Amino acid sequence: MFSRAYRTVVTVPPVLWVAIFLLVPYALMFCYSFWSVNDSGAIVHSWNLANYHELLTKPVYWQTLLRSMWIAARVMFFSMLLGFPLAYFLSFHAGARKDLYYQLVIIPLWVSYLVRAYAWKTILGTDGVLNTLLQYVHVTKHPLDFLLYSPFAVVLTLTHIYTPFAFLPIYASLEHIPRNLIEASHDLGATPAQTFWRVILPLSIPGLLAGATFAFVLSLGDFLAPLLLGGPSGIMISNIVVSLFGAAYNWPLGAAISLCMLALVLALIFCSERLEKKWSFQ
Amino acid sequence: MQAAKKKMATNTESATTQTSPSTPNSLVSIRSVAKKFGKNVVLRDISLEIAEGEFLTILGESGSGKTTLLRILAGFEHATSGEVWMSNERLDTQPPYRRRVNTVFQSYALFPHMTVEQNVGYGLSIAKRPAAEIEQRVSEALAKVKMSAYAKSKPSKISGGQQQRIALARALVNRPQVLLLDEPLSALDANLRREMQVELKALQREVGITFIFVTHDQEEAMVMSDRIALLRSGELEQVASPREIYSRPATSYTAQFIGHTNLLHVDVLNGTAMCDRLTWPTTIADGEALFSLRPESIRVARIAPPAIGQQKAAPSVRFRATLRDQVFHGATELLRVECAGGLFLTIRTASRDLPKGPLEFEFDAADAVPVRSTRLGSNFMGSTTEESSTKESNASKDSDKKESA
Repeated sequence: MFSRAYRTVVTVPPVLWVAIFLLVPYALMFCYSFWSVNDSGAIVHSWNLANYHELLTKPVYWQTLLRSMWIAARVMFFSMLLGFPLAYFLSFHAGARKDLYYQLVIIPLWVSYLVRAYAWKTILGTDGVLNTLLQYVHVTKHPLDFLLYSPFAVVLTLTHIYTPFAFLPIYASLEHIPRNLIEASHDLGATPAQTFWRVILPLSIPGLLAGATFAFVLSLGDFLAPLLLGGPSGIMISNIVVSLFGAAYNWPLGAAISLCMLALVLALIFCSERLEKKWSFQ
Repeated sequence: MQAAKKKMATNTESATTQTSPSTPNSLVSIRSVAKKFGKNVVLRDISLEIAEGEFLTILGESGSGKTTLLRILAGFEHATSGEVWMSNERLDTQPPYRRRVNTVFQSYALFPHMTVEQNVGYGLSIAKRPAAEIEQRVSEALAKVKMSAYAKSKPSKISGGQQQRIALARALVNRPQVLLLDEPLSALDANLRREMQVELKALQREVGITFIFVTHDQEEAMVMSDRIALLRSGELEQVASPREIYSRPATSYTAQFIGHTNLLHVDVLNGTAMCDRLTWPTTIADGEALFSLRPESIRVARIAPPAIGQQKAAPSVRFRATLRDQVFHGATELLRVECAGGLFLTIRTASRDLPKGPLEFEFDAADAVPVRSTRLGSNFMGSTTEESSTKESNASKDSDKKESA
């Protein structure tokens, strides 16, 4: 159908792109994770499982991983809590303003991640907007210090940043529900509340799963928000990877953690896709 | 008993607000219903009484407002003005889930995440019927539409015709007072469709529920209905039994929309109708008039009489015409003939070979039915001049188009 030359021109760039920027780095990372570092800081190219052994035996790593997952789970929960009602309202009750509201949800995504994280720093700090306000209205005498440099700050910021990502697939799945199903449900005697629980919610499960996966996976791998707002108690697993690749100069151990994270995330996405398929009827 | 008393009570209360008395066995009463979407008038002043156990078809072209009227009955749309009553209770003020009305949707609207069984049982389960009763009624309903074998299937795994049956079972299982059907057969292929028409009519007789059926297909309407309500541009054109509406169309639009017809522009003078060189006796007043003459009312004359054209005051009208076109339709065929004066007529006869050249035809004067001229609305494709255009071309342009389609 197409000429050989055309096919070459069309296929080679993406294949090269994937190979150079994805496959090769992953392969390198895979190799590094089985290597080690000697005392003078040079990479020793001898294959062994020492890095993985260290990950399993030293509690700091899996404790940090568990904390990261706990933070990610909370972000997931809150972004669903915000994203679903928002998507529901937009899809069913926004009427003619639907497109406008949709744009308003999307616009924050155009603002740099860093700017938004810094904004929260300004709001939550001891001399920040929130503390100043709370003291001004005499809710507290002294600035609250748990607001910043805590897991709370990380969860808050990540929820703010990733709610649109949770919102989008939920909105898409709600928009895909044929409206005559809702009419049919009312026609058969179901009140709006019954219709919500028995028709709308089950049919939006694929979107909910996709949104939850987005929020969880994206916040699990985040390192900027904990770096800027987390403080010592808000450290996440990616911060450890960053420091291992940077200051600690232990690339092999960093690569091992990264691979474990990759495996975890891929497993999550796989499960979520299986479930989405099970609940999709289109 | 108490419920009945309650109904009686509400009836007497509401008696003062009733604008028109409902007929004795009327179940649904549509009173001066109008609907506007913005400035667009979709329905105007629709009044209609629907009897208990009746199969009423709302027939109309797309855009005639028929689906809107059905949606007002179901509760998915609110009438801009007017009222709907059912069993002497106000219906149009109630939300759809309180109405004892169920709908079969055009696209079936089966819940994709439920099995066939769960779909059919949905209404009963919402009504919190005991599980045993639900199971029994669902299996009865599935048996009635011959779908018992598919109880555990998902809707996506069954064909369109089967989905249609499930949609019907899902509505009927709730034993509604009225079943609304929104072009439920339009997605089926021609053969299945004819089969379903017969089945649906039989089912309606069996369950005795009032069916309000919306369609654009006049043939379907004729086959199934007790009465047809013909809707045109949001107004009721005629409400009558299929036989009546076909043989006694009230307006030129009805005559042309239901079946095919020759629409004749006639001058009436002293009890004689004159169209071109054809004349026949009539009782209507002098002046210009429109007559509908069905193609099958005209036949090839058996013996050739000496006189050409007319027989005054005779029960049958004879004329000579030249065969211009012959379209074979199996059992019957359509002839297009040109009369001596240049008038074209369409004739339906049993199929047979006919010689070319002038032929004798005749029709009974009683078969030429006077019809009211329908003013065609501005949203109608043709202009209002269509009917007052040249007399020569008036013989059923539309019927030719329909026939060739």
